Amino acid sequence: MTGHRESYTMDSTLETVDSAELAACRIAAAAGFDEDQIMQISMAVREAAVNAVLHGNAYDPAKKVKLEFEHTSNDLVITIRDQGRGLDPSKIPDPLAAENLLKTSGRGIFLIRSFMDEVQIHPSQTGTEIKLVKHVPGASGGVKEVSQ
Amino acid sequence: MTMKTSTRQIDGVSILDCSGRITLGEGSVVLRDVVRDLLAKGQKKILLNLGDVSYIDSSGIGELVSAFTTVRNQGGELKLLNLTKKVHDLLQITKLYTVFDVREDEANAIKSFK
Repeated sequence: MTGHRESYTMDSTLETVDSAELAACRIAAAAGFDEDQIMQISMAVREAAVNAVLHGNAYDPAKKVKLEFEHTSNDLVITIRDQGRGLDPSKIPDPLAAENLLKTSGRGIFLIRSFMDEVQIHPSQTGTEIKLVKHVPGASGGVKEVSQ
Repeated sequence: MTMKTSTRQIDGVSILDCSGRITLGEGSVVLRDVVRDLLAKGQKKILLNLGDVSYIDSSGIGELVSAFTTVRNQGGELKLLNLTKKVHDLLQITKLYTVFDVREDEANAIKSFK
């Protein structure tokens, strides 16, 4: 499915989180990732979707979550956008710090960064866009193909 | 698959057999409610059997931490039993593996409670 692109506009609900995870599983499997990598990708997408639905859009039915998958010859690129107030990545506490270990939240971005090869967070006043990249196994690392 | 639990009592220890997914929403709420019920009944030695837990997300991890601290703050102990590789790896990378008392053998786990 090289050059394949899928995009979804979804409500700010828990069902969206589950749907995003399932779509990530399906697309990662089709892209040739192994079982562990599929779990990592789908969990990263789930965590990003949770952030978008809960912390970004705060379950606001008027706000949507946009999810886009793009599979090139080298990468699986997943973009999740919300319409919230914008997430400042510099203000996310380190969940591995001793004083944060027993906190009950704050591990989502850490898990995303742990599981993906590249993570870019772009906050703005109209929402947050998070781009997740996982390199395709065995890809040459050459010039990226961009689907139109 | 949503999360399901059943509780057994052996030698004063409440063994909570969990299966399914501990994720944001129903799974996390189920775990929270069951642990709260056990504490309300004065059962403060809790062994969470996670052998059939297929998936856990950051909210589920947070719920495990919450259960651990809630039980400890009430003078009890909560230990984990039979981690799957996925859950084990998640606890490792979040540095929680050494926070929890993790056991692999049920009989020995039961004996380990004070």
